[in-house]
Amino acid sequence: MENLNRGGFTFDLCKRNDLIEKTGLKMKGFLKTGTTIVGVVYKDGVVLGADTRATEGPIVADKNCEKIHYIADNIYCCGAGTAADTENTTNLISSKLKLHQLATGKQPRVITALTMLKQMLFKYQGHVSAALILGGVDVIGGVVTPSLFTIHPHGSTDQLPYVTMGSGSLAAMAIFEAFYKKDMTKLEAMTLVADAIKSGIFNDLGSGSNVDVTVISQEGVEIHRGYEKPNERKYRSNPYNFKKGTAPVLSTSTLEPLGSRIIIEDVTMEG
Amino acid sequence: MMMDDLKLTALPEKEVPISHHRFEPYVDNGGTVLAVAGSNYCIVAGDTRMSDGGYGIQTRHYTKVFKLTDKCVIATSGMQADTIALRKRLDTQLRQYERDHGKSMSTPAIAQFLSNTLYHKRFFPFYTFNLVAGVDEDGIGCVWTYDAVGSHERVRFSSQGSGNQLIQPLLDNQVGKFNQQIVDGPRELSAEQALSLVKDAITSAGERDIYTGDFADIVTIDQKGVHFEKFDLKLD
Amino acid sequence: MAYNGGAVIVMTGKNCVAIATDLRFGIQHQTVSNNHPKVYRINDKCFIGISGLVTDAQTLYQKLVFRHNLYKLREERDMTPQVLSNLVGNMLYEKRFGPYFTEPVICGLDTQDKPFISGMDLIGASVYTEDFLLVGTMTPAMYGLCETLYKKDMNEDELFETVSQCMLSSIERDAMSGWGAEVTIITPAKTYKKKLLARQD
Repeated sequence: MENLNRGGFTFDLCKRNDLIEKTGLKMKGFLKTGTTIVGVVYKDGVVLGADTRATEGPIVADKNCEKIHYIADNIYCCGAGTAADTENTTNLISSKLKLHQLATGKQPRVITALTMLKQMLFKYQGHVSAALILGGVDVIGGVVTPSLFTIHPHGSTDQLPYVTMGSGSLAAMAIFEAFYKKDMTKLEAMTLVADAIKSGIFNDLGSGSNVDVTVISQEGVEIHRGYEKPNERKYRSNPYNFKKGTAPVLSTSTLEPLGSRIIIEDVTMEG
Repeated sequence: MMMDDLKLTALPEKEVPISHHRFEPYVDNGGTVLAVAGSNYCIVAGDTRMSDGGYGIQTRHYTKVFKLTDKCVIATSGMQADTIALRKRLDTQLRQYERDHGKSMSTPAIAQFLSNTLYHKRFFPFYTFNLVAGVDEDGIGCVWTYDAVGSHERVRFSSQGSGNQLIQPLLDNQVGKFNQQIVDGPRELSAEQALSLVKDAITSAGERDIYTGDFADIVTIDQKGVHFEKFDLKLD
Repeated sequence: MAYNGGAVIVMTGKNCVAIATDLRFGIQHQTVSNNHPKVYRINDKCFIGISGLVTDAQTLYQKLVFRHNLYKLREERDMTPQVLSNLVGNMLYEKRFGPYFTEPVICGLDTQDKPFISGMDLIGASVYTEDFLLVGTMTPAMYGLCETLYKKDMNEDELFETVSQCMLSSIERDAMSGWGAEVTIITPAKTYKKKLLARQD
């Protein structure tokens, strides 16, 4: 029987897939988050921001996806790159951190999450293509320290007061470089983050739709899903109604509940 | 292996520079155009985004629909530089024709003329995907759809460009009424219905195709002439 | 993965969901069969449509049935579509570096009979929406139609007509899918399947 719940990657199809690709067949592209993601440190914490577009080549596959992932109650993480990688990497580290928290009985620290993420990404030598912005607050001995990092797919990291990543990173960084100042209020920081994301949304074709913002401070976490929605559909004509019977139907069959196939009856034991 | 030994080497192998940039004359600036013809009208739409072939926008105001005569427009997507060159060529020739004959060229004649112009560059084509739309001498709406080297066909509706794959089946369904046993009202769309459909189609393409967006030119052509209208699309 | 071809659309309505599939099975440009639905029934209220390489789709489906049977033995209940979606996502991501060439869409009604749809790419990046999802060899055509024809809160008859038009018109513009179509409608009361007439070329 299959060994279930073993964890980790399996590579049993690699050789087969190489052979298939050698015959000239093209593999379908992965779902990418073209993405603008940003983070900024303000007076009492960290504000993270992201757009909500996921693309598959030139086509928008998801108009409202979530790119700000939960790591712990005091740590969140924005992801850019291959959608499956960012989703699963952050999920994995989130669970590992939860186990760590239960073992130590202490609130996890941002630096711990950072180390776990970078070690994992380094281990896979850049093949796990996740570009991350990790933000959170640590409260150690009553002292609140907000921290913000970027993690590149190969495992290198960087700590800065304002960061951007993804295909819209240059557009977003332009806004930060022009308007960032030290010790902003929460509202100032949120507005700056939203402006940076909007710069990515409008000027980078890989980013689009809405602005998501997450604020992490000592008071807790505020999640603003759809903080701004500057790209609602602008026109829709009268609804297209099709009368019953428009589509040419050849046959109709009812699918009985699977339970109806089971017959339960008493069988008297003989002898 | 044996073949290598037998190879004649009368001339020395031509020296190839270690690195040289390949001549890449083409870039796809994206964008979508479509046209729907009725018995007394023709409606054309084209978005106005011009992208760099990657994730960048070069301008949000690049008009893809160009008036040729009072009864005919050309809508072109593909490479902007070739579009302009093609347009210029057509325009001068059409003006010449007007001076020579004292009347502007008929829409069907323009359609054939465009095909000739494109085929003239069969081995170094204009990277353009065209629609010729308008009304003919009898005021009947007509659309011609082209490939890059001049193969063309007269149709009732068509689309070209980056959003072509999204829009063409929609037009099949809503204008062609394919696969519909019962159709509410007449099978042919009125000018108003066609206008709202065209707006909906270009909006939908803007939702899902990253190269389509910003604004759209909606052009109505009938006996009265060519009428341009600006229409908002999403800017993301 | 355009080896076998195919198209699947899932769409939600008011208290109902529909899943439509084409019927072509081909090997590159040669059509082999015109009776190959890509939709599989997992339980009464939960269906999965798998497009892509058919050998992988069938393997994946068999593994799913196995996992679903184990789940039923352990939990004494059926998997909800949400659970199935997470399961498929994890199974696909496990093969991140040597994936199955399949793109699944999942649809069904949850325990409160609320419609649920989800889809994912070949390595399990899930997409959740409230309107429609689609996979196959001609996604742009399907996006163009669904994006325009879809409306909120359709009843089961409207949903059937809309999803049928989306499927029929998009497969006519794809050489790799078509040759008939089939729509399954799932409502709290009953589940039924309609075969559609489509071009056989």
